[in-house]
Amino acid sequence: MARRKKGIPEINAASMADIAFMLLIFFLVTTTMSVDKGITRKLPPPVPPDAEAPKVKERNVLSVLVNKDNQVAVEGELTEIDALTQRVKEFIINPNDDPNLSEHEFISDLLDKEMAKPNPDKNKIETYKRILDEIGNVPKSKGVVSLQTDRATKYNVYIQVQDAIVKAFNELRDELAMQAYGKPYNELKEDQQKLIREIYPISLSEAEPRRVKTK
Amino acid sequence: MAVIGKKKERSTPAISTASLPDIIFILLFFFMVSTTIKEVDYKVIIRLPEATQVKKLENKSLVSYIYIGPPQRALQEKYGTKPVIQLNDQIASLSQIPQYVEIERAKRPQADVPKMTFSLKVDKETDMGIVTDVKQELRKVQALKINYSAREPYKK
Repeated sequence: MARRKKGIPEINAASMADIAFMLLIFFLVTTTMSVDKGITRKLPPPVPPDAEAPKVKERNVLSVLVNKDNQVAVEGELTEIDALTQRVKEFIINPNDDPNLSEHEFISDLLDKEMAKPNPDKNKIETYKRILDEIGNVPKSKGVVSLQTDRATKYNVYIQVQDAIVKAFNELRDELAMQAYGKPYNELKEDQQKLIREIYPISLSEAEPRRVKTK
Repeated sequence: MAVIGKKKERSTPAISTASLPDIIFILLFFFMVSTTIKEVDYKVIIRLPEATQVKKLENKSLVSYIYIGPPQRALQEKYGTKPVIQLNDQIASLSQIPQYVEIERAKRPQADVPKMTFSLKVDKETDMGIVTDVKQELRKVQALKINYSAREPYKK
């Protein structure tokens, strides 16, 4: 007995596993595995009631309407949600310069315009110059997709439509990224993504669609 | 030599369990890191819509949630079956949203306020009317970064 007391008795670690198990089970029960995912959007800032609505040419607006029966109409004609992505893409790139689809401005023209302003935005000039250097003189669409829903539209359909529109822009960005850098958009560096975003912004107007006046 | 070998084989040595806690701890840490604590008790039923173009919400600490959906069964007597708004742990009215935004902003450091995102977790059977109202309310208080919570469709 005397001999044993000399050394510090070893702490029995067998119950450590039990304690750790308890903690583990606690975390398993209280937590959820799912990560939060969703479609991120930016709302337009509030406008004063007497402010004039921005004037956008008829051809530069692609109106998407969703009625209370959850039917989708693009420019007045009934469309399936599956076909929407293609419609938006065509509207934005407008390869054959169709007078009913969106207009374009070349980056070099935009640069000249910005330079001609009395107080030019340095950041914009910088961005345009980088685009000319790295991507080339590509056209930028003036198109805006206007999404209008009824109060009785189902949220699910709204999300499907949003998804289809965002998909169109994402595909355009990917195509441009592949062409310019040989990589999909997601694998680009942040500053390269910014350039692509400048060319293909997600121009989707929805909060106050009636404010968009058509000429 | 053979004799010595035989002696050793007689009793199987006990497997040391000393490393068991370590293994469990590794599991524990894995779960602690990969999971998130449920933000609130749901007072409303939320079946998220599916979308393909979803992005992960970054910086969880800068995200506040607004839930919209029909009340849970037990609460339907009190609140009806129409979709309602839930803020924090309570069912709220539309007019409480600006106040909620203020409170959420006050919780974060001043510099992070512009980076805040409001995540709308909306039941897919909800009508757009109430969602639009909430969005207008958010615009009024300059809470412009929003996120429509959605699930990725199950890939086969």
